[in-house]
Amino acid sequence: MESESAFAEEGRRRAMSAFAVASPRLLSEAWGRFGDDADVTPVRGPEIGLVMLRGRIGGGGGPFNLGEASVTRATVRLSSGEVGHALVLGRDPQKARLAAMFDAAWQRPDWRERVEVEVVAPSLAAQEEADRKLAEETEATRVDFFTMVRGED
Amino acid sequence: MYIAVKGGEAAIRNAHRLLDDRRRSDRSVPALTLDQIVGQMALAVDRVMAEGSLYDQELAAMALRQARGDMIEAIFLLRAYRTTLPRFAAARPLDTFRMRIERRISAVYKDIPGGQLLGPTFDYTHRLIEPAMADDPPVDEPMRRLSEAENCPRVTDILGAEGLIEADGQAGSDGEPGDLTRDTLDFPISRDVRLQALARGDEGFLLALGYSTQRGYGRTHPFVGEIRIGLVDVEVELPEVGFPVGIGRIRVTECQMVNQFKGSAKEPPQFTRGYGLVFGQSERKAMAMSLVDRALRADEFDEERTAPAQDEEFVISHSDNVQATGFVEHLKLPHYVDFQAELDLVRRMRREQERPREETESVQEAAE
Repeated sequence: MESESAFAEEGRRRAMSAFAVASPRLLSEAWGRFGDDADVTPVRGPEIGLVMLRGRIGGGGGPFNLGEASVTRATVRLSSGEVGHALVLGRDPQKARLAAMFDAAWQRPDWRERVEVEVVAPSLAAQEEADRKLAEETEATRVDFFTMVRGED
Repeated sequence: MYIAVKGGEAAIRNAHRLLDDRRRSDRSVPALTLDQIVGQMALAVDRVMAEGSLYDQELAAMALRQARGDMIEAIFLLRAYRTTLPRFAAARPLDTFRMRIERRISAVYKDIPGGQLLGPTFDYTHRLIEPAMADDPPVDEPMRRLSEAENCPRVTDILGAEGLIEADGQAGSDGEPGDLTRDTLDFPISRDVRLQALARGDEGFLLALGYSTQRGYGRTHPFVGEIRIGLVDVEVELPEVGFPVGIGRIRVTECQMVNQFKGSAKEPPQFTRGYGLVFGQSERKAMAMSLVDRALRADEFDEERTAPAQDEEFVISHSDNVQATGFVEHLKLPHYVDFQAELDLVRRMRREQERPREETESVQEAAE
Protein backbone atom coordinates (compact mmCIF):
# COMPACT_ATOMS: atom_id res chain seq x y z
CA MET A 1 0.00 0.00 0.00
CA GLU A 2 2.77 2.33 1.00
CA SER A 3 4.74 1.61 -2.16
CA GLU A 4 1.59 2.18 -4.20
CA SER A 5 1.12 5.66 -2.76
CA ALA A 6 4.83 6.35 -3.22
CA PHE A 7 4.41 5.33 -6.83
CA ALA A 8 1.43 7.66 -7.29
CA GLU A 9 3.34 10.46 -5.56
CA GLU A 10 6.29 9.96 -7.89
CA GLY A 11 3.93 10.06 -10.87
CA ARG A 12 2.30 13.29 -9.76
CA ARG A 13 5.65 14.81 -8.94
CA ARG A 14 6.92 13.97 -12.42
CA ALA A 15 3.73 15.34 -13.99
CA MET A 16 3.81 18.61 -12.02
CA SER A 17 7.45 19.13 -12.97
CA ALA A 18 6.51 18.50 -16.62
CA PHE A 19 3.71 21.10 -16.46
CA ALA A 20 6.18 23.62 -15.00
CA VAL A 21 8.62 23.30 -17.90
CA ALA A 22 5.95 22.97 -20.62
CA SER A 23 5.55 25.76 -23.12
CA PRO A 24 2.49 27.90 -22.36
CA ARG A 25 1.22 27.08 -25.82
CA LEU A 26 1.37 23.32 -25.25
CA LEU A 27 -0.66 23.75 -22.07
CA SER A 28 -3.29 26.07 -23.52
CA GLU A 29 -3.80 24.01 -26.68
CA ALA A 30 -4.06 20.79 -24.69
CA TRP A 31 -6.55 22.32 -22.29
CA GLY A 32 -8.69 23.30 -25.26
CA ARG A 33 -9.10 19.58 -25.96
CA PHE A 34 -9.73 18.70 -22.34
CA GLY A 35 -12.15 20.72 -20.45
CA ASP A 36 -14.21 23.75 -20.15
CA ASP A 37 -12.97 26.75 -18.21
CA ALA A 38 -16.42 26.81 -16.61
CA ASP A 39 -15.46 23.61 -14.79
CA VAL A 40 -12.57 25.40 -13.07
CA THR A 41 -12.89 27.47 -9.91
CA PRO A 42 -9.91 29.50 -8.79
CA VAL A 43 -9.00 28.76 -5.18
CA ARG A 44 -5.89 30.88 -4.91
CA GLY A 45 -4.08 33.14 -7.35
CA PRO A 46 -2.60 33.08 -9.82
CA GLU A 47 -0.21 35.29 -7.88
CA ILE A 48 3.36 36.36 -8.53
CA GLY A 49 5.97 36.05 -5.82
CA LEU A 50 9.48 34.91 -5.08
CA VAL A 51 11.32 31.76 -4.23
CA MET A 52 14.71 31.98 -2.53
CA LEU A 53 17.17 29.86 -4.48
CA ARG A 54 19.96 28.15 -2.58
CA GLY A 55 23.36 26.77 -3.33
CA ARG A 56 25.62 24.56 -1.26
CA ILE A 57 28.97 25.69 0.10
CA GLY A 58 31.61 24.10 -2.10
CA GLY A 59 28.83 22.51 -4.17
CA GLY A 60 28.01 19.81 -1.63
CA GLY A 61 28.22 21.40 1.82
CA GLY A 62 25.75 23.36 3.90
CA PRO A 63 23.15 25.50 2.13
CA PHE A 64 23.41 29.25 1.52
CA ASN A 65 20.98 31.73 -0.01
CA LEU A 66 21.99 32.50 -3.58
CA GLY A 67 19.28 34.95 -4.61
CA GLU A 68 15.61 34.93 -5.47
CA ALA A 69 13.67 34.01 -8.58
CA SER A 70 10.27 35.21 -9.68
CA VAL A 71 7.56 32.56 -9.59
CA THR A 72 3.82 32.32 -10.09
CA ARG A 73 1.57 30.04 -8.09
CA ALA A 74 -2.02 29.02 -8.55
CA THR A 75 -4.55 26.65 -7.02
CA VAL A 76 -7.77 25.63 -8.77
CA ARG A 77 -10.65 23.25 -8.14
CA LEU A 78 -12.41 21.29 -10.85
CA SER A 79 -16.18 20.87 -10.70
CA SER A 80 -15.47 17.18 -10.15
CA GLY A 81 -13.73 18.10 -6.89
CA GLU A 82 -10.01 17.69 -7.56
CA VAL A 83 -7.79 20.50 -6.32
CA GLY A 84 -4.71 21.26 -8.41
CA HIS A 85 -1.62 23.24 -7.45
CA ALA A 86 1.13 24.82 -9.47
CA LEU A 87 4.31 26.75 -8.77
CA VAL A 88 6.30 27.73 -11.86
CA LEU A 89 9.33 29.92 -12.51
CA GLY A 90 8.61 33.26 -14.15
CA ARG A 91 5.69 35.64 -14.19
CA ASP A 92 3.03 34.03 -16.34
CA PRO A 93 -0.29 33.84 -14.47
CA GLN A 94 -2.05 32.04 -17.30
CA LYS A 95 0.62 29.36 -17.43
CA ALA A 96 0.50 28.81 -13.67
CA ARG A 97 -3.29 28.53 -13.83
CA LEU A 98 -3.09 25.98 -16.65
CA ALA A 99 -0.44 24.00 -14.80
CA ALA A 100 -2.71 23.88 -11.74
CA MET A 101 -5.65 22.81 -13.93
CA PHE A 102 -3.62 19.96 -15.34
CA ASP A 103 -2.46 18.92 -11.88
CA ALA A 104 -6.13 18.64 -10.96
CA ALA A 105 -6.97 16.85 -14.21
CA TRP A 106 -4.13 14.39 -13.63
CA GLN A 107 -5.74 13.39 -10.33
CA ARG A 108 -8.91 12.30 -12.11
CA PRO A 109 -8.50 8.57 -12.79
CA ASP A 110 -10.47 8.88 -16.03
CA TRP A 111 -8.22 11.69 -17.30
CA ARG A 112 -4.79 10.69 -15.99
CA GLU A 113 -3.78 8.61 -18.97
CA ARG A 114 -4.78 11.34 -21.41
CA VAL A 115 -2.92 14.01 -19.44
CA GLU A 116 0.14 11.78 -19.46
CA VAL A 117 -0.06 11.25 -23.21
CA GLU A 118 -1.10 14.71 -24.34
CA VAL A 119 0.79 16.93 -21.91
CA VAL A 120 3.37 15.19 -19.71
CA ALA A 121 4.97 13.13 -22.49
CA PRO A 122 5.26 15.93 -25.07
CA SER A 123 6.57 18.36 -22.46
CA LEU A 124 9.24 15.94 -21.26
CA ALA A 125 10.08 15.02 -24.86
CA ALA A 126 10.58 18.69 -25.74
CA GLN A 127 12.85 19.10 -22.74
CA GLU A 128 14.83 16.00 -23.64
CA GLU A 129 15.25 17.30 -27.16
CA ALA A 130 16.48 20.65 -25.88
CA ASP A 131 18.85 18.85 -23.51
CA ARG A 132 20.22 16.69 -26.31
CA LYS A 133 20.76 19.70 -28.56
CA LEU A 134 22.64 21.50 -25.78
CA ALA A 135 24.70 18.42 -24.98
CA GLU A 136 25.63 17.82 -28.62
CA GLU A 137 26.53 21.43 -29.29
CA THR A 138 28.67 21.43 -26.15
CA GLU A 139 30.22 18.09 -27.07
CA ALA A 140 31.48 19.59 -30.34
CA THR A 141 33.58 21.99 -28.26
CA ARG A 142 35.31 19.18 -26.34
CA VAL A 143 39.08 19.44 -26.41
CA ASP A 144 40.59 16.22 -27.76
CA PHE A 145 44.15 16.43 -26.55
CA PHE A 146 46.77 14.61 -28.54
CA THR A 147 50.47 14.42 -27.98
CA MET A 148 52.86 15.78 -30.55
CA VAL A 149 55.93 13.69 -30.94
CA ARG A 150 58.80 15.95 -31.92
CA GLY A 151 62.19 14.92 -33.25
CA GLU A 152 63.35 11.43 -34.03
CA ASP A 153 64.70 8.75 -31.75
CA MET B 1 13.35 76.84 11.96
CA TYR B 2 12.72 74.78 8.85
CA ILE B 3 11.75 76.38 5.57
CA ALA B 4 10.68 74.03 2.80
CA VAL B 5 11.79 75.18 -0.58
CA LYS B 6 9.45 74.35 -3.43
CA GLY B 7 9.62 75.02 -7.10
CA GLY B 8 11.25 71.89 -8.50
CA GLU B 9 8.05 70.20 -9.61
CA ALA B 10 7.84 71.49 -13.16
CA ALA B 11 11.58 71.06 -13.65
CA ILE B 12 11.44 67.45 -12.47
CA ARG B 13 8.43 66.69 -14.64
CA ASN B 14 10.14 68.11 -17.70
CA ALA B 15 13.45 66.41 -16.86
CA HIS B 16 11.72 63.03 -16.78
CA ARG B 17 10.00 63.76 -20.03
CA LEU B 18 13.37 64.65 -21.50
CA LEU B 19 14.78 61.40 -20.11
CA ASP B 20 12.00 59.46 -21.85
CA ASP B 21 12.91 61.17 -25.10
CA ARG B 22 16.63 60.57 -24.78
CA ARG B 23 16.05 56.95 -23.80
CA ARG B 24 13.99 56.35 -26.92
CA SER B 25 16.36 58.52 -28.98
CA ASP B 26 15.88 58.56 -32.76
CA ARG B 27 12.27 57.45 -33.37
CA SER B 28 13.11 56.28 -36.88
CA VAL B 29 15.29 53.56 -35.32
CA PRO B 30 13.20 50.61 -34.10
CA ALA B 31 12.90 50.30 -30.32
CA LEU B 32 14.77 47.44 -28.66
CA THR B 33 12.55 44.49 -27.89
CA LEU B 34 12.96 42.47 -24.70
CA ASP B 35 13.68 39.37 -26.81
CA GLN B 36 16.53 41.24 -28.45
CA ILE B 37 18.00 42.25 -25.11
CA VAL B 38 17.58 38.78 -23.55
CA GLY B 39 18.99 37.10 -26.65
CA GLN B 40 21.71 39.46 -27.80
CA MET B 41 22.73 41.23 -24.59
CA ALA B 42 22.47 38.00 -22.61
CA LEU B 43 25.49 38.54 -20.39
CA ALA B 44 24.34 42.03 -19.45
CA VAL B 45 20.99 40.50 -18.48
CA ASP B 46 22.84 37.84 -16.46
CA ARG B 47 24.81 40.45 -14.57
CA VAL B 48 21.71 42.46 -13.74
CA MET B 49 20.01 39.29 -12.45
CA ALA B 50 23.05 38.25 -10.40
CA GLU B 51 23.63 41.58 -8.70
CA GLY B 52 19.94 42.42 -8.63
CA SER B 53 19.67 39.09 -6.78
CA LEU B 54 16.55 38.17 -8.76
CA TYR B 55 16.43 35.58 -11.50
CA ASP B 56 14.04 36.86 -14.17
CA GLN B 57 15.46 37.49 -17.63
CA GLU B 58 12.52 39.48 -18.91
CA LEU B 59 12.48 41.82 -15.91
CA ALA B 60 16.24 42.29 -16.11
CA ALA B 61 15.88 43.19 -19.81
CA MET B 62 13.13 45.71 -18.99
CA ALA B 63 15.31 47.20 -16.27
CA LEU B 64 18.27 47.49 -18.64
CA ARG B 65 16.13 49.20 -21.23
CA GLN B 66 14.63 51.58 -18.69
CA ALA B 67 18.11 52.35 -17.33
CA ARG B 68 19.48 53.06 -20.82
CA GLY B 69 22.06 50.34 -20.28
CA ASP B 70 23.25 51.66 -16.92
CA MET B 71 23.93 48.36 -15.14
CA ILE B 72 23.81 49.61 -11.56
CA GLU B 73 20.62 51.58 -12.23
CA ALA B 74 19.09 48.40 -13.71
CA ILE B 75 20.27 46.35 -10.73
CA PHE B 76 18.68 48.94 -8.43
CA LEU B 77 15.38 48.63 -10.33
CA LEU B 78 15.40 44.85 -9.96
CA ARG B 79 16.15 45.08 -6.24
CA ALA B 80 13.31 47.55 -5.82
CA TYR B 81 10.95 45.23 -7.68
CA ARG B 82 11.77 42.27 -5.46
CA THR B 83 10.82 44.19 -2.35
CA THR B 84 7.27 44.46 -3.69
CA LEU B 85 6.74 40.70 -3.84
CA PRO B 86 6.02 38.13 -1.13
CA ARG B 87 8.41 35.22 -0.76
CA PHE B 88 6.48 31.99 -1.11
CA ALA B 89 9.18 29.51 -0.25
CA ALA B 90 12.85 28.60 -0.31
CA ALA B 91 13.93 26.14 -2.97
CA ARG B 92 15.93 23.02 -2.26
CA PRO B 93 19.66 23.69 -2.73
CA LEU B 94 20.60 23.54 -6.41
CA ASP B 95 22.42 20.37 -7.39
CA THR B 96 25.29 21.59 -9.56
CA PHE B 97 26.58 18.02 -9.90
CA ARG B 98 23.54 17.26 -12.08
CA MET B 99 23.95 20.43 -14.15
CA ARG B 100 23.20 20.30 -17.91
CA ILE B 101 26.65 21.48 -18.82
CA GLU B 102 27.30 24.16 -21.46
CA ARG B 103 30.91 24.80 -20.52
CA ARG B 104 33.25 23.02 -18.20
CA ILE B 105 36.97 23.53 -17.87
CA SER B 106 39.68 22.69 -15.39
CA ALA B 107 43.07 24.35 -15.16
CA VAL B 108 44.52 21.67 -12.88
CA TYR B 109 43.81 18.46 -14.79
CA LYS B 110 44.21 18.08 -18.54
CA ASP B 111 42.53 14.68 -18.78
CA ILE B 112 39.73 15.19 -16.36
CA PRO B 113 36.85 12.70 -16.32
CA GLY B 114 34.07 14.36 -18.32
CA GLY B 115 36.63 16.30 -20.32
CA GLN B 116 37.28 19.93 -21.11
CA LEU B 117 34.20 21.45 -22.78
CA LEU B 118 34.85 24.96 -24.02
CA GLY B 119 31.26 25.99 -24.75
CA PRO B 120 30.42 29.50 -25.98
CA THR B 121 33.55 31.29 -24.70
CA PHE B 122 35.37 34.50 -25.55
CA ASP B 123 38.63 32.70 -24.71
CA TYR B 124 40.92 32.18 -27.69
CA THR B 125 39.10 34.82 -29.76
CA HIS B 126 41.35 37.52 -31.18
CA ARG B 127 39.67 40.28 -29.19
CA LEU B 128 39.55 42.49 -32.25
CA ILE B 129 36.32 44.20 -33.19
CA GLU B 130 34.82 42.23 -36.04
CA PRO B 131 33.54 44.23 -39.01
CA ALA B 132 30.66 41.73 -39.20
CA MET B 133 29.28 43.28 -36.01
CA ALA B 134 28.33 46.35 -38.04
CA ASP B 135 25.66 44.43 -39.93
CA ASP B 136 23.73 41.21 -39.68
CA PRO B 137 25.44 38.56 -41.81
CA PRO B 138 24.15 34.97 -41.66
CA VAL B 139 25.55 32.97 -38.74
CA ASP B 140 26.30 29.26 -39.02
CA GLU B 141 24.42 26.77 -36.90
CA PRO B 142 26.69 25.35 -34.21
CA MET B 143 28.48 22.07 -34.84
CA ARG B 144 26.99 19.07 -33.12
CA ARG B 145 28.64 15.90 -32.00
CA LEU B 146 27.00 12.84 -30.51
CA SER B 147 27.26 13.05 -26.78
CA GLU B 148 27.49 10.05 -24.50
CA ALA B 149 25.84 10.71 -21.23
CA GLU B 150 29.03 10.99 -19.24
CA ASN B 151 29.12 12.14 -15.68
CA CYS B 152 31.16 15.20 -14.96
CA PRO B 153 32.51 14.65 -11.47
CA ARG B 154 33.63 17.74 -9.64
CA VAL B 155 37.35 18.22 -9.66
CA THR B 156 37.20 18.81 -5.94
CA ASP B 157 35.60 15.36 -5.53
CA ILE B 158 38.45 13.79 -7.50
CA LEU B 159 41.01 15.41 -5.20
CA GLY B 160 38.72 14.72 -2.26
CA ALA B 161 38.70 10.98 -2.98
CA GLU B 162 42.43 11.00 -2.26
CA GLY B 163 41.98 13.17 0.81
CA LEU B 164 44.18 15.86 -0.71
CA ILE B 165 41.67 18.69 -0.35
CA GLU B 166 39.39 19.89 2.38
CA ALA B 167 35.79 18.64 2.20
CA ASP B 168 32.73 20.68 1.20
CA GLY B 169 31.92 21.32 4.81
CA GLN B 170 30.24 19.49 7.61
CA ALA B 171 28.05 16.76 6.24
CA GLY B 172 24.44 17.09 7.27
CA SER B 173 24.79 20.75 8.08
CA ASP B 174 21.41 21.37 6.57
CA GLY B 175 20.25 23.99 9.01
CA GLU B 176 18.47 27.11 7.81
CA PRO B 177 21.10 29.41 6.28
CA GLY B 178 21.37 33.03 7.33
CA ASP B 179 19.65 35.59 5.12
CA LEU B 180 21.04 39.10 4.83
CA THR B 181 17.81 40.34 3.24
CA ARG B 182 16.00 39.59 6.50
CA ASP B 183 18.57 39.78 9.30
CA THR B 184 20.91 42.63 10.04
CA LEU B 185 24.57 41.85 9.51
CA ASP B 186 26.41 41.38 12.77
CA PHE B 187 30.12 40.88 12.15
CA PRO B 188 31.74 38.42 12.18
CA ILE B 189 29.27 36.56 9.94
CA SER B 190 29.19 32.94 8.88
CA ARG B 191 30.37 31.67 5.51
CA ASP B 192 26.83 31.05 4.23
CA VAL B 193 25.90 34.71 4.70
CA ARG B 194 29.22 35.79 3.21
CA LEU B 195 28.54 33.73 0.10
CA GLN B 196 25.08 35.27 -0.20
CA ALA B 197 26.62 38.74 -0.03
CA LEU B 198 29.34 37.85 -2.54
CA ALA B 199 26.85 36.26 -4.97
CA ARG B 200 25.02 39.61 -5.19
CA GLY B 201 28.15 41.72 -4.79
CA ASP B 202 29.47 44.10 -7.41
CA GLU B 203 31.50 42.30 -10.06
CA GLY B 204 33.99 45.13 -10.41
CA PHE B 205 34.59 45.38 -6.67
CA LEU B 206 35.07 41.63 -6.26
CA LEU B 207 37.23 41.48 -9.38
CA ALA B 208 39.52 44.16 -7.96
CA LEU B 209 39.72 42.43 -4.58
CA GLY B 210 40.41 39.06 -6.21
CA TYR B 211 43.10 40.71 -8.29
CA SER B 212 44.61 42.26 -5.16
CA THR B 213 45.04 38.79 -3.62
CA GLN B 214 46.93 37.69 -6.72
CA ARG B 215 49.20 40.69 -6.45
CA GLY B 216 50.17 39.79 -2.92
CA TYR B 217 47.59 41.46 -0.70
CA GLY B 218 46.43 38.30 1.04
CA ARG B 219 47.94 35.75 -1.28
CA THR B 220 46.09 32.41 -1.51
CA HIS B 221 47.93 30.75 -4.38
CA PRO B 222 44.86 29.88 -6.45
CA PHE B 223 44.25 27.39 -9.23
CA VAL B 224 40.96 27.10 -11.12
CA GLY B 225 39.99 23.58 -10.12
CA GLU B 226 36.90 23.82 -12.25
CA ILE B 227 34.46 26.22 -13.83
CA ARG B 228 31.13 24.88 -14.99
CA ILE B 229 28.27 26.75 -16.61
CA GLY B 230 24.90 25.24 -17.38
CA LEU B 231 21.29 24.67 -16.46
CA VAL B 232 20.12 23.35 -13.11
CA ASP B 233 16.68 22.23 -12.01
CA VAL B 234 14.92 24.26 -9.35
CA GLU B 235 12.89 22.16 -6.94
CA VAL B 236 10.58 23.44 -4.25
CA GLU B 237 8.89 21.49 -1.50
CA LEU B 238 5.19 22.27 -1.88
CA PRO B 239 3.39 22.05 1.46
CA GLU B 240 0.10 21.58 -0.40
CA VAL B 241 1.23 18.26 -1.84
CA GLY B 242 3.94 17.30 0.63
CA PHE B 243 6.76 16.60 -1.81
CA PRO B 244 9.26 18.57 -3.88
CA VAL B 245 8.37 19.44 -7.48
CA GLY B 246 10.43 20.88 -10.29
CA ILE B 247 9.39 24.45 -11.09
CA GLY B 248 11.78 25.11 -13.98
CA ARG B 249 15.43 25.64 -14.71
CA ILE B 250 17.96 28.39 -14.36
CA ARG B 251 21.48 28.97 -15.67
CA VAL B 252 24.33 29.31 -13.18
CA THR B 253 28.11 29.51 -13.19
CA GLU B 254 30.10 27.66 -10.56
CA CYS B 255 33.80 28.07 -9.78
CA GLN B 256 35.85 25.75 -7.58
CA MET B 257 39.09 27.44 -6.69
CA VAL B 258 41.83 25.19 -5.33
CA ASN B 259 44.15 27.07 -3.01
CA GLN B 260 47.38 26.75 -1.12
CA PHE B 261 47.71 23.76 1.08
CA LYS B 262 47.79 23.79 4.79
CA GLY B 263 48.81 21.16 7.27
CA SER B 264 48.85 20.98 11.04
CA ALA B 265 49.74 18.57 13.79
CA LYS B 266 46.27 17.12 13.49
CA GLU B 267 45.83 17.13 9.74
CA PRO B 268 48.19 16.20 6.93
CA PRO B 269 48.82 18.87 4.28
CA GLN B 270 45.85 19.38 1.98
CA PHE B 271 44.60 21.97 -0.47
CA THR B 272 42.09 24.55 0.70
CA ARG B 273 39.21 25.95 -1.33
CA GLY B 274 37.24 28.98 -2.37
CA TYR B 275 33.78 28.76 -3.88
CA GLY B 276 31.81 30.86 -6.33
CA LEU B 277 28.25 30.45 -7.58
CA VAL B 278 26.51 33.11 -9.66
CA PHE B 279 23.27 33.48 -11.63
CA GLY B 280 23.71 33.22 -15.40
CA GLN B 281 26.88 32.91 -17.43
CA SER B 282 29.44 34.91 -15.51
CA GLU B 283 32.74 33.17 -14.95
CA ARG B 284 34.70 36.35 -14.18
CA LYS B 285 32.35 37.04 -11.30
CA ALA B 286 32.34 33.40 -10.14
CA MET B 287 36.15 33.35 -10.16
CA ALA B 288 36.42 36.66 -8.31
CA MET B 289 33.86 35.42 -5.79
CA SER B 290 35.80 32.23 -5.11
CA LEU B 291 39.06 34.18 -4.66
CA VAL B 292 37.44 36.52 -2.17
CA ASP B 293 35.62 33.66 -0.41
CA ARG B 294 38.95 31.96 0.19
CA ALA B 295 40.67 35.17 1.29
CA LEU B 296 37.91 35.81 3.82
CA ARG B 297 38.49 32.38 5.38
CA ALA B 298 41.84 33.54 6.76
CA ASP B 299 40.90 32.84 10.38
CA GLU B 300 39.98 29.23 9.58
CA PHE B 301 43.54 28.59 8.49
CA ASP B 302 45.27 30.76 11.10
CA GLU B 303 46.36 33.22 8.45
CA GLU B 304 47.13 36.74 9.56
CA ARG B 305 44.59 39.24 8.29
CA THR B 306 46.68 41.94 6.72
CA ALA B 307 45.04 42.71 3.37
CA PRO B 308 41.74 44.38 2.43
CA ALA B 309 40.42 41.19 0.78
CA GLN B 310 40.78 39.36 4.12
CA ASP B 311 38.84 41.98 6.06
CA GLU B 312 35.32 40.60 6.27
CA GLU B 313 33.64 43.73 7.53
CA PHE B 314 35.36 45.89 4.95
CA VAL B 315 34.59 43.54 2.03
CA ILE B 316 31.01 42.66 2.89
CA SER B 317 30.06 46.21 3.92
CA HIS B 318 31.21 47.61 0.59
CA SER B 319 30.43 44.84 -1.92
CA ASP B 320 26.82 45.82 -2.54
CA ASN B 321 26.67 48.32 -5.38
CA VAL B 322 23.09 49.36 -4.64
CA GLN B 323 24.05 50.43 -1.13
CA ALA B 324 27.25 51.99 -2.41
CA THR B 325 25.60 53.98 -5.16
CA GLY B 326 22.85 55.08 -2.81
CA PHE B 327 25.30 56.64 -0.39
CA VAL B 328 27.66 58.08 -2.98
CA GLU B 329 24.92 59.45 -5.21
CA HIS B 330 22.92 60.97 -2.37
CA LEU B 331 25.66 63.61 -2.24
CA LYS B 332 24.18 65.25 -5.32
CA LEU B 333 20.81 65.80 -3.66
CA PRO B 334 20.22 69.21 -2.10
CA HIS B 335 22.35 69.75 0.97
CA TYR B 336 21.60 73.47 1.05
CA VAL B 337 20.82 73.60 4.76
CA ASP B 338 23.76 71.41 5.82
CA PHE B 339 26.09 73.47 3.71
CA GLN B 340 24.64 76.76 5.01
CA ALA B 341 25.39 75.59 8.54
CA GLU B 342 28.98 74.77 7.62
CA LEU B 343 29.36 78.08 5.83
CA ASP B 344 28.16 79.95 8.92
CA LEU B 345 30.57 77.99 11.05
CA VAL B 346 33.56 78.78 8.86
CA ARG B 347 32.62 82.48 8.82
CA ARG B 348 32.31 82.56 12.59
CA MET B 349 35.66 80.82 13.02
CA ARG B 350 37.25 83.34 10.69
CA ARG B 351 35.73 86.25 12.68
CA GLU B 352 36.94 84.80 15.97
CA GLN B 353 40.41 84.31 14.58
CA GLU B 354 40.54 87.95 13.45
CA ARG B 355 39.07 89.51 16.63
CA PRO B 356 41.98 88.94 19.10
CA ARG B 357 44.38 90.51 16.65
CA GLU B 358 42.20 93.61 16.28
CA GLU B 359 41.84 93.77 20.05
CA THR B 360 45.60 93.60 20.70
CA GLU B 361 46.17 96.19 17.98
CA SER B 362 43.70 98.60 19.56
CA VAL B 363 45.26 98.03 23.00
CA GLN B 364 48.68 98.92 21.58
CA GLU B 365 47.24 102.05 19.92
CA ALA B 366 45.77 103.15 23.24
CA ALA B 367 49.10 102.67 24.98
CA GLU B 368 50.84 104.78 22.45
